[in-house]
Amino acid sequence: MDYTLKELMVVAAAREIRDGEIVFVGMRLPLLGFAVAKELHAPRAVGLFENGVVRDWPALAPIFTMSDPPNICRSLSCGGLIDVMSLLQSGRVDLGFIGGGEIDRFGNLNTHWVEENGRRVRLPGSGGAADIASLAGRCIVIMNHERRRFPPKVRFITSPGYGEGRGWREGKNLKGGGPARAITSLGIFSFDSESREMILSSFHPGVSIEEIQRETGWPLKVSDEVRETRSPSVEELAAVRKYDPKGVWTNN
Amino acid sequence: MEEGIPRPLEVEEHSNFTIALALQAAGMGLPYLPTRTALGSDFSCGPHFSSIACPFTGEKLLAVRAVAPDVAILHVQRADSEGNAHLWGNLGVTREAAYAAKRVILTCEELVDHEMILGDPNRTLVPGFLVSHVVHARFGSHPSPTQGYARRDDEFYFDYHRQSRSLEGFQEWLRKWVFEAGDHEGYLELLGKERREKLKPGDELFSPAVNFSV
Repeated sequence: MDYTLKELMVVAAAREIRDGEIVFVGMRLPLLGFAVAKELHAPRAVGLFENGVVRDWPALAPIFTMSDPPNICRSLSCGGLIDVMSLLQSGRVDLGFIGGGEIDRFGNLNTHWVEENGRRVRLPGSGGAADIASLAGRCIVIMNHERRRFPPKVRFITSPGYGEGRGWREGKNLKGGGPARAITSLGIFSFDSESREMILSSFHPGVSIEEIQRETGWPLKVSDEVRETRSPSVEELAAVRKYDPKGVWTNN
Repeated sequence: MEEGIPRPLEVEEHSNFTIALALQAAGMGLPYLPTRTALGSDFSCGPHFSSIACPFTGEKLLAVRAVAPDVAILHVQRADSEGNAHLWGNLGVTREAAYAAKRVILTCEELVDHEMILGDPNRTLVPGFLVSHVVHARFGSHPSPTQGYARRDDEFYFDYHRQSRSLEGFQEWLRKWVFEAGDHEGYLELLGKERREKLKPGDELFSPAVNFSV
């Protein structure tokens, strides 16, 4: 393979963004994904950052946080957190990217605490993730795929997916559409429109379905049309490397 | 924090949006604000949230209790000696915090004349009558950036993350950067001239002037 796993994940994230969409971007891989989408198939997409920044072109300089000066300079608009969260709450945001410490079969995410060797380990909490998961038109989850991160039921719901399955979000009066896709380090999942359960739709090159099952804490549902994840094209890879020339985010 | 060192802290869980609304409510003089976020999140079971019905439609919403901090410490680009503050770049919850807090301590990169403030009133996002103290502190947001004045000191964050993994490492970090530094001047001296120079933005990029003429 002439690309890294993270480059594949960035490209998969980029493919989720349609032209003209309003996107709650986040940092690291989704930020690069936004840059790649803007460069190739979604030139009119707009990126929102929860610190209040709105951008219609991605910052070229590498950044570690959304408040780093290159992300502010020549942005479209600089407001406050409530401004961008209001766009989210009023249904104007098409999609948002989030990650998590744990994810379960209905796409619920936990970033509050986990147990390791019988000890409770504190995680960062919500940040903006619960807001994006509650309110974005659709939500794309990016995860490292390890069995300990994929329990059948998360211990704590920070960012709601489909809760306990069909009808749960409606019962909570959650206006956002919920998780549409989970892009993991092993494959890509969609969510069943009836049961709302995670379904494997593609496995990354070199990864077997058996391996994905081993790293998943419940009996895996596999799509009838499951296939290998499409490798990044030459154009997609060039776009990733334009924005991450040193591989800060995409070296394995 | 998990181990209660040096003493346990009481924690109220919020999302970014709910803490912003909690501050906004206090700043507006309200006991709470309603929202649609976090309706399915486990942290919204806390006592500072309450499930409510909209009085007009009956729709289910989440009420977020107001938070009025005892003190807010805000760093801005420039302020006059009365605390009238010009700030720009991403605003986060700066305004909400200034309006919600019982006391505001303002630190600024530049202390400017009152005339400069009057020249660009849309940029005065914190009025001085909300501010109790003004401190002139160059690099006052270090290691975080201040647009137009300081870049982010990535190395400083990496070092802190490395050292704060153990209690001893954290105490060593505190000893060096807080206790022995003494005050802000001592801290800047410890940082060193070379490092401070590297943190300054490479060039100037001014916004276009706007016309306020009568």
